[in-house]
Amino acid sequence: MSRLFSALFFWLISSSAFATPTIEATDMQATNWHAIIMFVIFVALTMGITYWAANRTKSAADFYTAGGGITGLQNGLAIAGDYMSAATLLGLSAMVYAQGFDGYVYMLAFFAGWPMILFLMSERLRNLGRYTFSDITAYRLDQSKVRTMAALSSLTVVCFYLIAQMVGAGQLIKLLFGLDYNIAIFVVGILMVVYVTFGGMVATTWVQIIKAGMLLLGGTICMLLAFKEFGFSYQTLLERATAVHKLGPKMMYPGSLLADPVTAISLGLGLMFGTAGLPHILMRFFTVSNAAEARRSVLYASGFVGYFFNVIFIMGLCAILIVGQTPAFFEGGTIGGKLIGGGNMVAMHLAKAVGGNMLLGFLAAVAFATILAVVSGLTLAGASAISHDIYARVIMKGTASETDEIRVSKMATLGLGLVAIILGIAFEKMNIAFMVGLAFGVAAAGNFPVLILSMYWKGLTTRGALAGGYGGLISAVLFVVFSKSVWVDVLGNKAALFPYTQPALFAMPVAFILAYVLSKTDGSAAAKAEIAAYEDQYVRAQTGVGSDAPAAH
Amino acid sequence: MSSELYEQIRNNPTFHELVTRRGRFAWTLTIISLVLFYGFVMAVAFAPASLGQPIAEGSMMTVGVAAEMFMFVFFWLMTAFYVHTANSQYDDLTNQIVRSALKGKKS
Repeated sequence: MSRLFSALFFWLISSSAFATPTIEATDMQATNWHAIIMFVIFVALTMGITYWAANRTKSAADFYTAGGGITGLQNGLAIAGDYMSAATLLGLSAMVYAQGFDGYVYMLAFFAGWPMILFLMSERLRNLGRYTFSDITAYRLDQSKVRTMAALSSLTVVCFYLIAQMVGAGQLIKLLFGLDYNIAIFVVGILMVVYVTFGGMVATTWVQIIKAGMLLLGGTICMLLAFKEFGFSYQTLLERATAVHKLGPKMMYPGSLLADPVTAISLGLGLMFGTAGLPHILMRFFTVSNAAEARRSVLYASGFVGYFFNVIFIMGLCAILIVGQTPAFFEGGTIGGKLIGGGNMVAMHLAKAVGGNMLLGFLAAVAFATILAVVSGLTLAGASAISHDIYARVIMKGTASETDEIRVSKMATLGLGLVAIILGIAFEKMNIAFMVGLAFGVAAAGNFPVLILSMYWKGLTTRGALAGGYGGLISAVLFVVFSKSVWVDVLGNKAALFPYTQPALFAMPVAFILAYVLSKTDGSAAAKAEIAAYEDQYVRAQTGVGSDAPAAH
Repeated sequence: MSSELYEQIRNNPTFHELVTRRGRFAWTLTIISLVLFYGFVMAVAFAPASLGQPIAEGSMMTVGVAAEMFMFVFFWLMTAFYVHTANSQYDDLTNQIVRSALKGKKS
């Protein structure tokens, strides 16, 4: 079966490469063979791993969490891989290129959640959870209702995040392979479904580790080559960049993306607490054997992520001069016009300028690999929410066999692949870093409040958790739908109903207040039992006594 | 896992020592990171002009960029400090607690 799929895939890739000349449009570039060869090598390697992993993925634990046998370093790289998506490389380098300092503020906000996750969450996540983070929120509460809520919330975050990744993939392949945007989206969707259904978490983790290594290497080389042109002097680089940038010296001030205080604070909250509510990141805490390895994962992950953000910052600044002053990178050759391939292609043009087709090919293959790996992780998290939470626990009340549960998760993966393709096509014109910001906003308001309360607040009851979870999720989604980016730009209405683009500052308090008030006023017998059950949960959260012993791998 | 075992652990004074010490340490570091990060966010929100100032006359390094670079490094050092402490001292305590609870159960 997996052989059939890899054959199908190679057919897709080769036919798309041959089809290039006939469907080439004005904003597409000539086929880059370096990129295609390197990408095919990556796919062949990861398909090999998927084949190997498929033979090791027998139980539900193997499928969801690689049997708990991943080490701290491996998991740290995989988390960094999950976190450093194509939106990070393409979107944030583009943001620094266009807005200067604002891009760096985004990066710090993306980074600042990690210490808090380590100090307050990593240990309790590992000690209480098994496959999904709903295991924790539903630990002492009503299984059906709370899991349904947490699963819906997870799926919403997964969908938003998938949009960003699919759009990045489409633009990238359009640029590289000269392939139509819609066909590119289908290629990504199909490949991702193959990785996840056949290889489960084992394949997803290894794809992620390989990709993270390639991304760190490619980014570092590109940054060093570009920075070398300025003698590795930040002073020289900035003097020349501010001289030519359209914002001038203002580019190093907080700018239009953080124009008003509400947006700046809301963004900070959303990115920081959103990290702590991303289902595919939380799931990674269940792939290690104990709390010590979980902590080590965060240490490695945050080290890689922090390093890479600074690499991207330098890349974006260098691109202001190296890309922004080269007519060949603009449509029609006019400096300051539209960049070939769209605004998100800054990092790719920089690679071509400093390292030729070889580096462009490598970085493009890395970026494509990145998208594949991240959508795989996201899809696995989404599929787990459907199969482990909704199917096995809510519909079958824990009576489903492992085989059935895995089968459902594979069907769910297929379904999510389709959804990703449809959303990717619908949102083609979005800025991808911005879209990621929205996914984080929903994660911060829908997932994080109930998760942290369930671990730290004895008084949380089912009623409060449901009100907080649904309240946060619905308000975050509505704030996004009513904001300019959807209400005006997508739905074509005249004026936005909600004046801000970032929902976290408003939706997070909704979640916390609802959860608090409705728990406090819940006098039912069930609520009393749930509060009493906190004592045992607390001991397990602190010591790990009672959590599953992981299988060795 | 039985409730009795959890009860036994709860009554172990070492358990209280563990949760108090680790809790205090974790919250202290959390508050430091929150104060630094949201202090910076407040500066972005309410005093954006101050962040674009150079750190020294004629330097292209601005206050905002320098503050962010410091936080990237400092936050990571805090995580290293926590992981080091938790994986040695606190896990030793945890192991003691679990061992004595399991022994108590057998007898």
